[in-house]
Amino acid sequence: MTAVTTTVQGIARGDGPLAHIDTAKQPPLPPPYDKPEEEPPLKPLTDKAHETYEVLDDTIVVNIRKPKDKQEEQELVKKFLSGLEKLFTKENNWTFLQPLMMSMEHCAKCQTCNESCHIYEESGRNPLYRPTYRSEVLRRIYYKYIKKGSTWVHGDIDLNWKTVSRLIELAYRCNLCRRCAQTCPIGADNGLMAREIRKIASQEMGIYTKELHDNGSMLQLTVGSSTGMNSLVVKDNVEFIEEDTSEKLGFEVKIPWDRQGADILLIHNAGEIMAWPENVGAFAAIFNAAGLSWTMSSDLAAYDGINYGVFYDDVQFARTALLHAKAAAKLKVKKIVLGECGHAHKALTVIADRVLTGELNIPRESCMPLLRDIVVSGKVKFDKSRNDFPVTLHDPCNLTRLMGVIAPQREVLQHIVPKERFREMEPHGCHNYCCGGGSGFAIMSGHNFGDWRHHLLGRRKLRQILEAFANEPMGPEDYKYICAPCSNCKGQIRDMIEYYDAFEKHGLYYSGLVELIVNAMADAQPGFIDWEWH
Amino acid sequence: MELIPYVVAYVALGVFLIVCIARFFMWSSMPMHVRWELYPVAHEPAHRSKYGGSYLEDVDWWKKPRERSLIGEIKAMGAEILFLVALKEHNRKMWWVSFPFHFGLYLVIGCTALMAGSAVLGAISPSIIAGGFGSFLRVAIMGCGYSGLGLSLLGALGLLSRRLLDPDLRDFTSPADIFNLAFFVIAFGVTLANLLLFDRDFSRSFGFVDGLVTFNMVALPGTLVQGWMTTASVVLLSALAVVIPMTHMSHFIGKYFAYHSIRWNDTPNVLQGGPQEKPIQQVLGYPVSWAAPHIKGDGKKTWADVATEEQSK
Repeated sequence: MTAVTTTVQGIARGDGPLAHIDTAKQPPLPPPYDKPEEEPPLKPLTDKAHETYEVLDDTIVVNIRKPKDKQEEQELVKKFLSGLEKLFTKENNWTFLQPLMMSMEHCAKCQTCNESCHIYEESGRNPLYRPTYRSEVLRRIYYKYIKKGSTWVHGDIDLNWKTVSRLIELAYRCNLCRRCAQTCPIGADNGLMAREIRKIASQEMGIYTKELHDNGSMLQLTVGSSTGMNSLVVKDNVEFIEEDTSEKLGFEVKIPWDRQGADILLIHNAGEIMAWPENVGAFAAIFNAAGLSWTMSSDLAAYDGINYGVFYDDVQFARTALLHAKAAAKLKVKKIVLGECGHAHKALTVIADRVLTGELNIPRESCMPLLRDIVVSGKVKFDKSRNDFPVTLHDPCNLTRLMGVIAPQREVLQHIVPKERFREMEPHGCHNYCCGGGSGFAIMSGHNFGDWRHHLLGRRKLRQILEAFANEPMGPEDYKYICAPCSNCKGQIRDMIEYYDAFEKHGLYYSGLVELIVNAMADAQPGFIDWEWH
Repeated sequence: MELIPYVVAYVALGVFLIVCIARFFMWSSMPMHVRWELYPVAHEPAHRSKYGGSYLEDVDWWKKPRERSLIGEIKAMGAEILFLVALKEHNRKMWWVSFPFHFGLYLVIGCTALMAGSAVLGAISPSIIAGGFGSFLRVAIMGCGYSGLGLSLLGALGLLSRRLLDPDLRDFTSPADIFNLAFFVIAFGVTLANLLLFDRDFSRSFGFVDGLVTFNMVALPGTLVQGWMTTASVVLLSALAVVIPMTHMSHFIGKYFAYHSIRWNDTPNVLQGGPQEKPIQQVLGYPVSWAAPHIKGDGKKTWADVATEEQSK
């Protein structure tokens, strides 16, 4: 990457991108991708995109059109300032006011967090991608234009339509993984700051990404799922999953719907039903084998654990979380269990904890401890030798750094994978790196963002995976399993493997945790994992 | 004239305390926010906090007694406050200048506290201060004072040079940041010079603190130059005490909340009708004025209203 302008004040100045992509300056990947010719080329933006949108850095996510005239320019700035002012009121932003103020007031600008950011590091340390950059822009705008404070104290910045549109676009160059916050000596949270900028855009200006809003949270709130499936379609698909799973395992696998009084309401990310049906089938096989009383719900949004509001909008977040809780209350279940989806975990278990009250305050837990207890209990017999291939584990940020669910999935692996076959990534657990698909990026690929996502956002994860398997043969038939117990992460890892042709060339395969569990179930027919590309 | 340093010190101490209390009150009276914890959480029991695990790793975690390790929290906070471990681990270059600066400040505060304590002890039991324990206190005061001022001064100079010379930091540095660090350098520099030139055994400093603590504002013996230097030191240190809580340097208050109210705030809302539900109901009753088309907040609709509105395509 070559920086055109690197200063904080530069965001308001000049035409065209603030950074250009120069892959030669990025840190090289480990073998077998250590030669530049192994890297797929990065597709450039079209001329039309350059003409239509304000371009921050040679890719586009939010699609903010260039204003047609002065009036539109001023309107953009006015709306942004209006949203910024509301962001600092308890009425409009009780949800994050204290964490926001803490980061606004106490960041020492020591740049410690930069080194922890995979995007900044993998960009070849482009200053634009410092976690501190967008926060500092927001901070200066707030103190100068809202608080009317002294620029001598807080620093200066010009505010024009370019500042606004570039800042909003820049808020979508962060995975919201909060690894930077983890390293901050003071406790400032630049991941949160990126999300707060997204909130101003969405909640005040009506500016969001199509993937997260129109095709995401709105679709879920109106049709029932961001996949577009209504309750009839989802039931149809699940019926197919039952048949397919039963055939594969050699015994009948039923998936219960809307069972009143069941102990557990299991909520999957509906993306699993569409893209990874074997995950849904595997859950059913395990829960049934363990004799659990469980059900899925066909109520609006309740068969899809996705809650994209987590990534950009508090109102959309609350709306979705309430629908999940209402479905559980209606069925009178004892608890909600979240399937393999990291952000659904954090949304409903942690963040919604200060939204749900009364009959909607139903206990919620991760599937990981439950799976661990089932596997360890001995109720189901396992044959480790069926998983006799190299396995590494990806830690979804939402599950680990943001929830502290780290040990159960490892205990499961100890019981179903031969010890000498497990390869831990470094760093891992709560110090992991994001897959690159976090904050909704896994479902975004407009313009050339798909390429950009793999060249930059997911590059650190690919590096970790290659390092974990460094001593393994890398031929196409030498299968290696990346266990990624999260739908978003799986989507990103799938796309990245495809982008680098790493399955066809080097046998890198990905899937979830339950697939590995079922693959080792002694009573099932062998071969649940089929090593076919999905 | 001899009263000036005493009056300045009293005023500065008063302002410092009032602003610190106001800041503490501001942070502690903020509305409930959603959970936003970040692991590792230090009050998890040691077997979990060592790898960043949480109580959410248990099946039916809400049925189990919560284990909270106060020792874990104290250990983590103590190490962070005293040794700036996060900075040491993640930004060693900055730690080499920030650690002496902060640790030096602690020693200066310790020195001042020891002088104040000695004054109180002297007023209660002069024989103790006159004896061996008093001598020990004097040595401790001098040790803390000289090493503290020296370390802080070096640290402040280091921080200042990094702010001015490091391109990564320079763009993010405001004139006020430079002023604050320069202020430290001047205040601590003058104080150290005063001690080395005119008060090597801290007797004048101790006399001043004794006067402050016992409200016996007597003129300190010595030459005119000594008097001016002492006054300059007191005025500069007092001004520093006033400035600190009014700037981002008040992070010594904010950091408590950053950790306890945000990073480590994992208290679950377990019970239906439990203690957290009332404040939740309160915030859900706040009016919303977000203007985007999918919200249409009018300042009357509440969070509960907008969250339960049925959506149509």
